[in-house]
Amino acid sequence: MTSCNRCPARGAGNLVRLGIHPGTYDYLVALAGNPNTGKSTVFNAITGLRQHTGNWPGKTVTRAEGGFSYGGSKFKLVDLPGTYSLLSTSADEEVARDFLLFGQPDVTVIVVDATCLERNLNLVLQVFEITGRAVVCLNLIDEAQRHGLTVDSRTLSKELGVPVIPAAARQGIGIPELLKSVHDVATGEYICRPRHIRGGTKALARALEDLACRITAAFPGLPNARWVALRLLEGDQRMIDAVRTGELEGLAKAGAAAASRTPATGIPE
Amino acid sequence: MAAADVREQVLASANVLRWEIGDEVHDSLMESIFEEASRIAERVVSRQQGKGRLDLERTVDRIVTSRIFGFPLMLALLALVFWITIVGANVPSRMLASLLIDTVHPALKSLAAFAGAPPFLNGLLIDGAWLAMAWVVSVMLPPMAIFFPMFTLLEDLGYLPRVAFNMDSVYRRAGAHGKQALTMSMGFGCNAAGVIATRIIDSPRERLIAVITNNFSLCNGRWPTQILIATVFIGSAVPAHLAGLVSAAAVVGIAVLGIIFSLAVSWGLSRTVLRGEASVFSLELPPYRPPRILRTLYTSLIDRTIFVLWRAVVFAIPAGMVIWLVANLRIGNASIAERFITGADPLGLLFGLNGVILLAYIIAIPANEIVVPTILMLTVLTTGMTGVGAGAGVMFELDSTADIARVLQAGGWTTLTGICLMLFSLLHNPCSTTIYTIYKETRNARWTAVATFLPILLGFTICFLVAWIWRLSA
Repeated sequence: MTSCNRCPARGAGNLVRLGIHPGTYDYLVALAGNPNTGKSTVFNAITGLRQHTGNWPGKTVTRAEGGFSYGGSKFKLVDLPGTYSLLSTSADEEVARDFLLFGQPDVTVIVVDATCLERNLNLVLQVFEITGRAVVCLNLIDEAQRHGLTVDSRTLSKELGVPVIPAAARQGIGIPELLKSVHDVATGEYICRPRHIRGGTKALARALEDLACRITAAFPGLPNARWVALRLLEGDQRMIDAVRTGELEGLAKAGAAAASRTPATGIPE
Repeated sequence: MAAADVREQVLASANVLRWEIGDEVHDSLMESIFEEASRIAERVVSRQQGKGRLDLERTVDRIVTSRIFGFPLMLALLALVFWITIVGANVPSRMLASLLIDTVHPALKSLAAFAGAPPFLNGLLIDGAWLAMAWVVSVMLPPMAIFFPMFTLLEDLGYLPRVAFNMDSVYRRAGAHGKQALTMSMGFGCNAAGVIATRIIDSPRERLIAVITNNFSLCNGRWPTQILIATVFIGSAVPAHLAGLVSAAAVVGIAVLGIIFSLAVSWGLSRTVLRGEASVFSLELPPYRPPRILRTLYTSLIDRTIFVLWRAVVFAIPAGMVIWLVANLRIGNASIAERFITGADPLGLLFGLNGVILLAYIIAIPANEIVVPTILMLTVLTTGMTGVGAGAGVMFELDSTADIARVLQAGGWTTLTGICLMLFSLLHNPCSTTIYTIYKETRNARWTAVATFLPILLGFTICFLVAWIWRLSA
């Protein structure tokens, strides 16, 4: 780290912390990650709020919201409860999962712990199934360094297909770069190509494809048909209801609108 | 075809496909996620040889979570924190009292006299509200400003999950969720926060147990009462050089007793009205992180100390007025306070307490923080002590714990009263904020009532038994 990276003034010209009163906003940003990776620290660093942080998993049980303005756009930031996965039944995972799908964040920042990357990547890959517009914040690089671990963030970014920003949020390192990436993904200056899981057995892959096809037919423009298919195959009641009542239709319309304004060129795909 | 039909068709085909592929969807999917994650991690992470930090951490963890040393270390650490608090808080407390009570209060009085304020307003606002607030600040601010930063440092270091790890098996044996150990630790800060924290427990049964028993964790508002009464009654009963240590041990004893009660009540509930198996969960021991001292000092002062103090002051001001009123409004030839205290005294004595304590707990229902100031004021009032107060209902100046001891002993307090007050402070109804939070979280008036009245019932029972045994053996 050079001293410039540590300088609090760096990038600050672009950052305006809006606390809990973002008012109207241009982009919605979700903050996801495993428990105890420093999500709340990142949240505080960006919004200027003082949400209590603590070194123990499960501290944040509800959603916290805050706002910031960067590069002329206003962002609303939602801190989700930390979870190890998005595929089980507990209440905190449901909050995170439902927000990522139904809240339709423009960008999802996934905070990962550099000292145990493998376990954290499990969640990253699951988030990609719901939304690919993501930025990975590779947090706690200082701690990883002390443990003799180095993570090649450029290769990781290539593997995942989204920006990866090394950070030590407690010291404020990497926050300006993170904000820039969030801004670029939100405005479409950076186009994410997230890696998708090749789904298990052949039978499963075929079933997923088949069902996703039907879902897209029923809800044209739905950006996460594969995820909906997956949840239906798992028998998720929340998702069955969302299909039955047509709640997904709203997502499909918003998804189609977003797709048309996303590319940097402004030309619909 | 209508849109609703198309949607039903999607669901129907999902059902058919579900049957075709069987239940291995979840497992095979998780497997491929794990494989992918491990492949990527292998490509990007490189490990440098010869760094021993992880081994050191593991060794430390083995000691602090060991079967033999885990609990004693926990208790020793807790005792150390209290000892530093008790020893360190006395001097700044005295300085604050001499400023707010000895200097500012007379100044306000002469200012009021100069402005020609009516005696009623003068008494209500300056002798009631101002003195109550000054009292709360001088009694509570120093111990909190010492205790909270130390507690927050332990939290930031990563010690709390180790406590939870130690307690987990005990809670499971009591039929409760292991995560209750974490919500219990939160309760040591604030019960309302502890109750909200029970959301991390998935099973409604176990969550309810955690909500009901959270009040057994001594909260912010009750630590100062415990510390003060332990110093006055337990500390003064032993030689001076041991006083700090013994008082600290007494406070730890009460905290541990609270944990024992939370276990016993959890056990009782999970075997009667909330029957069921304890569910399994995995708890991650996070790495130790060097706390950032200045940041911790700042947040613990702002988030905890000032927050709690502000709450206490907000409740103390109206309470101070109420105290002044009950001490000065007369029915016949005695004030309301005197009448209540005389009437409630026999009942209080039955439980090792007295009428003053009962009245103080009624006045202090909104906030536990103001119990001790209220007790002291009411005691002076009823014993008619001269030289310490400036008239009925005036919270007087007390510069040290020795003065407090003098007042309480004049009020007929014994070591038994001190012990029973400490027990009652542990075992009584939650404060109004916590009761409201319990209702919001459970949405059930019946369980809220249970959580409110169960501890107070236990408190009276335990105090009665202790007083009875004490008098038998005396």
